[in-house]
Amino acid sequence: MPNDHAADPATTGGTPAGTATARGDARIHDIGYRGYDGPRLGRSHARRALVEQSVRGAFGIGRSAKSKILPMLLLAIMVLPAVIMVAVALVTNLDDLPLEYTRYAVMLQPVLGLYIALAAPQMVSLDLRYRTIPLYFSRPLERTDYVASKLAALATAIFLFTSLPLVVLYAGALLAELDAGDQTVGFLQGLAGAVVFALLHAAIALLVASLTPRRGFGVAAVIAVLTVPYFAATSLQVILHDLGNTAAAGWVGLLSPGTLMDGVQGAYLGGDTDFPPGSDPSAGGMGLAYLLVTVGLTALCSFLLVRRYRKEGI
Amino acid sequence: MIVTEGLSKRYPGVTALDRLTVSIGPGVTGLVGANGAGKSTLIKLLLGLAPASEGTSRVLDKDSATEGAAIRAQVGYMPEHDCLPPDVPATEFVVHMARMSGLPRAAARERTADTLRHVGLYEERYRPMGGYSTGMKQRVKLAQALVHDPRLVLLDEPTNGLDPAGRDEMLALIRRVHADFGISVLTTSHLLGELERVSDHVVVIDGGRLLRSEPIGGFTSSTTSLAVEVTDSDAHPNGATALHDALVAAGVAVRREGGRLVMVDIPPGEAGERGYDTVRDTVTDLGLGLIRMEQRRRRIAEVFSTRTDGTPADPTHPATPAPAAPAPVAQEGAGRRAE
Repeated sequence: MPNDHAADPATTGGTPAGTATARGDARIHDIGYRGYDGPRLGRSHARRALVEQSVRGAFGIGRSAKSKILPMLLLAIMVLPAVIMVAVALVTNLDDLPLEYTRYAVMLQPVLGLYIALAAPQMVSLDLRYRTIPLYFSRPLERTDYVASKLAALATAIFLFTSLPLVVLYAGALLAELDAGDQTVGFLQGLAGAVVFALLHAAIALLVASLTPRRGFGVAAVIAVLTVPYFAATSLQVILHDLGNTAAAGWVGLLSPGTLMDGVQGAYLGGDTDFPPGSDPSAGGMGLAYLLVTVGLTALCSFLLVRRYRKEGI
Repeated sequence: MIVTEGLSKRYPGVTALDRLTVSIGPGVTGLVGANGAGKSTLIKLLLGLAPASEGTSRVLDKDSATEGAAIRAQVGYMPEHDCLPPDVPATEFVVHMARMSGLPRAAARERTADTLRHVGLYEERYRPMGGYSTGMKQRVKLAQALVHDPRLVLLDEPTNGLDPAGRDEMLALIRRVHADFGISVLTTSHLLGELERVSDHVVVIDGGRLLRSEPIGGFTSSTTSLAVEVTDSDAHPNGATALHDALVAAGVAVRREGGRLVMVDIPPGEAGERGYDTVRDTVTDLGLGLIRMEQRRRRIAEVFSTRTDGTPADPTHPATPAPAAPAPVAQEGAGRRAE
């Protein structure tokens, strides 16, 4: 059946003027229904649009003023130490930054954790709670597209959140005329660490958040999943170290996302770790295990996320 | 537009659709059935969102099982339940949904402005949807189904939760979607009465089986009934009786219903036009005030034997729409061949 849309000649520059009431110029336009013959860009366009909208949402952009407060506040808290460090470096003529780039995210993990716990449920629980999901799946978009877009969006948001202070640090280091070569290497290592951190945490947090349509539960659950194992693993590391078992202390770091991340950076991105002395994973054996577990955990969570959405909607 | 062949969907312990063979052409088609009759399941299968247990369905000449994405690009869907996030304004939401259908950003904005205007949402479209009335929410839900200019929209219980005035507006809007926008409509309801006002064709299903599929004329006699209610006056202490007698005297087929209503038979066509005039003139001549004139169809009650037109259904009794009295069950494939 052809779409016999009434094309109206009175179309005035495409502006919807049908609502114009007879006031002033006293002309009422009713331009009738116009069809759409333009391009339909399909799934890839929809995916990009969904990523973009979700990343904006993770910072409260395009939502109510109230939902901007927390992300922006956390971002400010995240960047503030970097600003202070840069100021100190500039004023006191340090020859190196007080902190390595890769250490920054580890040091500010509580802030990061809070932000992730806020952003992940924001991304998925609203669609579940208000049952918007069927509207997505009644469009060309497939379930995997939805999940992939949300994952990409959360990873991007976390990466932006983590790397912004690094950019501040790097810019400050260059301003303070620190060794540009060293600083660039350190900065790139920091960014690489941020990418790994973002992917791993996005997959874990999104999976946890997608299990409940209640945002509050989601926030609490993500905080719990990120912090409880972290504190358990770090305390266990200290205990094992005190018992003299440094190797075991190193392996225990595999048990939480936070220490996992720390270990990967320690082994491959040239940084120190918070691990007890002597239990740092090396680039060889234990470091490889850290890398594999990181990749494996990211993949597993993504797979479970796809499965979780297989029956969702309509 | 839609052709199904022996379409079945069985869930563990429940048969939602049972060998449904039906063909639906362009225009407005009403899909009637009690809650749980299989309406939503049918929509799900048509969109290719769930596999059929048996049988096939084609929408816009594409196979639901294998070409779901291509179908969904050309079809709009309005769900029965709430689906709007409360803290987002309608404009932004509909733009987003248009982009999810693959429209470029600029086109999405333009189509959103057009579509929201067509469904009757003006200044309020910039406010968060949490503050909208049910009627406004239903309009936004309809707008997001139309925003990508589909060839067919599937509307699941579009009048749910609306008051009588809101129902009338929504039904008029549905009629316009086909008449003015050129988009075919499949709309579901558990009330045959409201569907027969907007549909060209009605499909009745119950327990996942096809009961009837017929052009609207098949459901209702070609003669419509006009319910008239008038005031009393000093000259005519009982207005209804006076009108009844006067109409009988004028040779019009008429009967009483209840204490206050006069039911007038209006024949189709030219004679019908004169019939309305006669009623109007008779009321004026008697000097009575007209409280209401309402069109009714006569044979509705025979389709759903326990339910009369306009009476709200009782959703707690899904068994009420009993099969049409002696009507032949399942005139399968009686509908117009699609395309």
